[in-house]
Amino acid sequence: MSIIEANNLTKYYGKARGIVDVSFSVDEGEIFGFIGPNGAGKSTTIRLFCSLIYPSGGSAEIFGKDAIKFGPEIRQEIGYLPSEVFYYEGMKVLDLLKYSASFYKEGSTKRLYELADIMELDLTRRIDDLSYGNKKKVGIVQGLLHQPKVIFLDEPTAGLDPLIQQKFFNLIREENKNGATIFFSSHILSVVQKICSRVAIIREGKIVEIQDIRTLQKDNYKKIRVTASHLDETRFDVDGVSNLEKEDGAVSFFFKGDINLITRLISEHDVADVTIEEPTLEEIFIHYYE
Amino acid sequence: MSTNIFKLEFKMHLKSVITWSLGVSALIFLYFALFPTLARDAELLNEMMAQFPEELLLAFGMTGIDLASVLGFYSFLFLFAQICLAIQAANYGFSLVSIEERDLTADFLLAKPVGRTQIMTSKLLAAFSGLTITNIVVWIVSFGAINLFREGRSFETKPLLLLLLSIVVFQLVFLSVGLVISLLVKRVRSVTPFSMALAFGMYVLSAFGSMLGDSKLENITPFKHFEPNYIIQNAAYDPLVLLSVAAILVSLVGSYLLYAKRDIPSAV
Repeated sequence: MSIIEANNLTKYYGKARGIVDVSFSVDEGEIFGFIGPNGAGKSTTIRLFCSLIYPSGGSAEIFGKDAIKFGPEIRQEIGYLPSEVFYYEGMKVLDLLKYSASFYKEGSTKRLYELADIMELDLTRRIDDLSYGNKKKVGIVQGLLHQPKVIFLDEPTAGLDPLIQQKFFNLIREENKNGATIFFSSHILSVVQKICSRVAIIREGKIVEIQDIRTLQKDNYKKIRVTASHLDETRFDVDGVSNLEKEDGAVSFFFKGDINLITRLISEHDVADVTIEEPTLEEIFIHYYE
Repeated sequence: MSTNIFKLEFKMHLKSVITWSLGVSALIFLYFALFPTLARDAELLNEMMAQFPEELLLAFGMTGIDLASVLGFYSFLFLFAQICLAIQAANYGFSLVSIEERDLTADFLLAKPVGRTQIMTSKLLAAFSGLTITNIVVWIVSFGAINLFREGRSFETKPLLLLLLSIVVFQLVFLSVGLVISLLVKRVRSVTPFSMALAFGMYVLSAFGSMLGDSKLENITPFKHFEPNYIIQNAAYDPLVLLSVAAILVSLVGSYLLYAKRDIPSAV
């Protein structure tokens, strides 16, 4: 069943483009990645689902209900981590989290302490005094303390050190195991790669591609590097080869197509070394950017 | 209304409410403490007043005032209290929703399971409660100072009550007009310039309006609608008060409509 759904969702800020005709649907229990460069429209999409802004066209639905019409009701089950850190002046961490918990069902306060413990968050500090990363942790705990069924994460890992990032991923996986659907936006692909099952790529306000993360990696490109003597790189310049580069006695390129074609070409040479790898998402991603 | 939002908002206002209450109290009390000395030399005082240029007296709404009488003197200083009350109320109006947007807490609050109407009502009630505390303090200090320093001189209670009762409407005008302006502009980066401009702008309009005798311009300012001198001398409100009431209603309705449709600006 689809939990989060966008149908031709469009947002213009006056004349400035936010997103245009964005459509996708996220199934229950999925961890859905949303990647694109800064300014592509990731935050705009998420903020439309939280009805912080209103669409210029199309619709945003959660649990099959319009995100604006049923806003307050739907938001009972939504957890949202904004990309920018925020704080009420002079407020302590615990005060803010308790305030946040006061909007939800009972038991949220108990969960607050558990989460703060996991994320190693000092509850007694004033939020103004916290570092960027620690403020981000406050945001995470605030977004998860009511055990929401849908979680929107807008660049959640920015500012977190690798250890805390790992803990955060475990936390998200655990929430996901308990049934939460997760919408994970980031411009860092390796981050999305670690945790998401499916990704949508957004660029200049439009969805370029929605794919299973494995398909994206496997069925597309191979990254091949051949080291050999008397290399003639022009021999490799065939259909399906891209980004062909030669560097002292080796050629490297991306290949998409029948792999036998390439192995035959390689066998023509006196090969010293050959590697055939899955490209990283970053490398795949570059293609969408070009 | 959401009690949790109200409680938080009220707590955030508290420090400012105390500061403003103390400030206005000090102003009224210290000013009125001069009354016995001045009243004793009443003739000298009124003689001095007569030598002031007419325009100056008009600007301060002092024409026809007998500074030697309790209420005459009180109405003169009440104008300065009004300026303070206007700035305070405008502050709360301009900051009501704009601060959350500036500090990015709007993304936090508006993603909670409450509607915008409810959020605004809670915030308005919290701000109004704060203003009411200041209002009550002004009542207490006014009666206290008058009774302490009037030295047996008598005064009519009705005009004074009317004057003090006007505070609540006066505050609401600046609160609601501040709010609606903050929603009409794209972003309020800093509240003080806005509230100062609104409060002093309105005051200057009333002062210059009297000086120039241009009644059209001054009719739009609450300082004219609630001119202390008029209320004290007539023991009644100027019918123009209705304009203030209308301004409140229009601003409030407008604010609710604008806020319900508002795109909350993001950080960039």
